[in-house]
Amino acid sequence: MHDFELVRPTSLDAAKAAFAGSGEAAWLAGGHTLLPAMKARLRAPERLVDLSLVPGLTGITRDGDRLWIGAMATHATIAAAATVMASIPGLAAAALLVGDPQVRNRGTLGGVIANNDPAADYPAVCLALDATIETDRGSHAADDFFQGMFATALADGELVTRVGFRVPDVSHYAKFRHPASRYAVAAVYVARFGSDARVAVTGAGPGAFRWTAAEAALGADFSVSAVAGLAMPADDLNGDIHASPEYRAQLCAVMLRDAVTALQTR
Amino acid sequence: MHTDLTINGAAHSVDVPAATLLVELLRDHLGLTGTHIGCETSQCGACNVLIDGQPVKSCTVLAAACAGAQVTTVEGLADGDTLHPMQAAFREHHGLQCGFCTPGMVIAGIGIAQRHGAGVDRATIAHELEGNLCRCTGYINIVSAIEAGSKAMADA
Repeated sequence: MHDFELVRPTSLDAAKAAFAGSGEAAWLAGGHTLLPAMKARLRAPERLVDLSLVPGLTGITRDGDRLWIGAMATHATIAAAATVMASIPGLAAAALLVGDPQVRNRGTLGGVIANNDPAADYPAVCLALDATIETDRGSHAADDFFQGMFATALADGELVTRVGFRVPDVSHYAKFRHPASRYAVAAVYVARFGSDARVAVTGAGPGAFRWTAAEAALGADFSVSAVAGLAMPADDLNGDIHASPEYRAQLCAVMLRDAVTALQTR
Repeated sequence: MHTDLTINGAAHSVDVPAATLLVELLRDHLGLTGTHIGCETSQCGACNVLIDGQPVKSCTVLAAACAGAQVTTVEGLADGDTLHPMQAAFREHHGLQCGFCTPGMVIAGIGIAQRHGAGVDRATIAHELEGNLCRCTGYINIVSAIEAGSKAMADA
């Protein structure tokens, strides 16, 4: 890594002031994407603003039909939180599928969302759970926030502070993990809100996206048979040494059926 | 960057560049070479240490971001000549071949024991070792060691 300046502010105002100084700055949350990117010389910020001492970014609270999770909550914290387990067990289970135990002790919700890796888990979770992403400057609907590979609605220096997930009746995340990276080769999050269903896919395309055909099918009939014949078009999906677009399309159909099966048998 | 932290119970005051990784501070600056560097890409787990009791990959943590933290490396587990129960279980069950991955495996095993307690089953242990690689492929005995070590930690 190139050397840089590390700033460890203890308030949100101090953090914003530190970020606004001269030269390229980057927020440091759990660092489990940023630091590897810096080691690989893909990123070389001149200043890192560490958020770990900023108060108020880790809380988890239920407020009406939303579950709010602070941006600096780690995956391990989310997976083990009683409030998450009680409100959205599918989200707690999804958090347990991020990385490995050591990574989950360090990586954060906000870091994943701001990075928007096309194979990350939370973008699909946010889309399926109709999340509101709050920042230091306002809020974004998940549908507007994720804008394709590593692209989000965040302006330069805009900081995710917490995420509000709409609490579904039931939800489940079915993920086909790459055995080395633990990222999703393809994964599907299914959430049911009354007679409506929201379905989001990650890992398969250039960014997480909603699968509207699956939503329509499940909205009409929330059952495995309703989606048994549903195919994902391979046209816009990713192909790499691990999986072709056609294989990923097939995985999406299988993950969708797995998720609905899990919810039906509950 | 000036950083005060506690490592294996001893207070340290160090001055290292901000880009220094925790594993580099431990090995290169303090000579604590029990913590290994395998992949340096947060895959292999050879660099696992405990920060405030939680297992993390020290190749993906900045040393200066550990100011005020309690860091425990494999050197800090034993009590004098008495091995930590997880270390003793690795010796008893021959949970190592070349030994390179062992410090990280022991730390990961302590994390598994903390999360699941004495009754943790082999399937759970195998699953939760997903962040640790043994290139000797000695996993059977590693799982046995963590199974026994988890019981021993609960009894300790």
